[in-house]
Amino acid sequence: MDHLDIMLQNTSAWLKNVDEQAGIVISSRIRLARNLADFPFSVRMSDSDRSTTVTRLNQIIKDCPACQHFHSFSMEELDEPDRLFLMERHLISRELAEGKGARGVLISPDEEFSIMINEEDHLRIQVVKSGFNLEAAWEDADALDDQIESRAVYAWHPELGYLTACPTNVGTGMRVSLMMHLPALKMTRQFVRMHQSLQKISLTVRGLYGEGSQALGDFYQISNQTTLGMTEQDLLKQVIDVTNSVIGYETHARKHLLDTNKTQLLAEIDDSISFLRTAEVITLEETLRSLSLIRMGIQMNLIHNIPLSLVNTLSINAQPAHLERIFSGIFSSGDINIFRAQYLQKQMLQI
Amino acid sequence: MKCQKCNREATFHITELLGGKPQELHLCSEHAQEYLEQTQDIAPATSNVATALAHHMAQQMSLSKTSKELDRMDEEVCPICGMTFFEFRNLSRLGCANDYQFFWKQLEPLLLSIHGEITHVGKRPARAERLSPRFTELIKLRREMQNAVKEELYEIASVIRDKIRKIETEGE
Repeated sequence: MDHLDIMLQNTSAWLKNVDEQAGIVISSRIRLARNLADFPFSVRMSDSDRSTTVTRLNQIIKDCPACQHFHSFSMEELDEPDRLFLMERHLISRELAEGKGARGVLISPDEEFSIMINEEDHLRIQVVKSGFNLEAAWEDADALDDQIESRAVYAWHPELGYLTACPTNVGTGMRVSLMMHLPALKMTRQFVRMHQSLQKISLTVRGLYGEGSQALGDFYQISNQTTLGMTEQDLLKQVIDVTNSVIGYETHARKHLLDTNKTQLLAEIDDSISFLRTAEVITLEETLRSLSLIRMGIQMNLIHNIPLSLVNTLSINAQPAHLERIFSGIFSSGDINIFRAQYLQKQMLQI
Repeated sequence: MKCQKCNREATFHITELLGGKPQELHLCSEHAQEYLEQTQDIAPATSNVATALAHHMAQQMSLSKTSKELDRMDEEVCPICGMTFFEFRNLSRLGCANDYQFFWKQLEPLLLSIHGEITHVGKRPARAERLSPRFTELIKLRREMQNAVKEELYEIASVIRDKIRKIETEGE
């Protein structure tokens, strides 16, 4: 059993739903972009610069008290399904998974912390917490950043702050993002309006896998667009305020659905459950769409026999690289939708 | 130069970076405005940082620059990392920390249009250091070493490597 198999047995801490609001806000994430002062940025690095920085940063991070038990992965040593596995768990980005040259990631045992090396920036420090928990995520990210900074010199400018490869991240280097589940806003067609009003205050809404990705299963990420000219606290506050109002809209939309459309809603939820139980071929998109309705049904007390933890596990495990870990050898077979259906059937019948 | 959409003089020169190859547009003020308004509507749908950045740049670059001025700007090379402004416009990525100073004239309006601000007010590292000449020198030497290795000038490369090591140990 390798380390990825151990991860497969466990649910990431950020999916453990410790609080009530985890219903609408799935997780809270802070990402800090940092670069070493004495190396060029990623696009101008030579192969030897890349391997030197990976070795050096791995050492620095392992010396930090907070990172004693982190597991380090080198991207070149992982094959494609394994890199995809880490991406499906939101531990690395697509850019790191598909990049070139020496690069890696260090991950905490509970998967709340991940530190990418040689992604777009030399360092991408990421902390994810379950539910609506941004302050706690920031405190952890800030503390970890301090520990690393006491052992490395960052690229820094007194007026511009932390210098990053892309000018969109300069300043705080901080991206705050909340993963939200907004099925009722989508169903009541209020989503576009919310999207537009968010853009007016420099916030972006993106799909499940970040930039340019689709909003699968009604999951959306809300994050700040600007990183310069505001303190971290103010950036957090801005996102928190907006998130509270989005939670309000979604709650209201759910209530509206119950008041006006309860029969149809119940029928659709039932259909989703039996679809997952009986389908013989099922795509990821169909799976997430069904799970989205079931998740909302549980939260609205319309379903009582399916635990939310199962919905979380299935949302992660129905992805291609996770199914490959479960069934092994199916990745290139083209029958992945059949294996997914088998897996879902088995899990759903255990209830 | 004539506007691509009418017979008037083209006063706006826009380089679009959407898609693979940069695309040059030469437009009169009226058509430029129409074009930029159009692309503004598209931007939210694509909602991607690189696209948004390219969009910002296209708008910013178009402001009363002749194509000669644009060409000259594109050819500027950072003496430390060797990055040209043209490369930056294509990749939306800078080559080294020094680029922020070297390309400041071009970056300042860009940062303003992305962030609305140009001064950092957030966290400061405990050991906040200005871009020290030592670090800049190291980045430059690493590039020289890379070039030497590329050209198979291994003796020169090893001399540069020793210089790098010397500066690194002096700093410890």
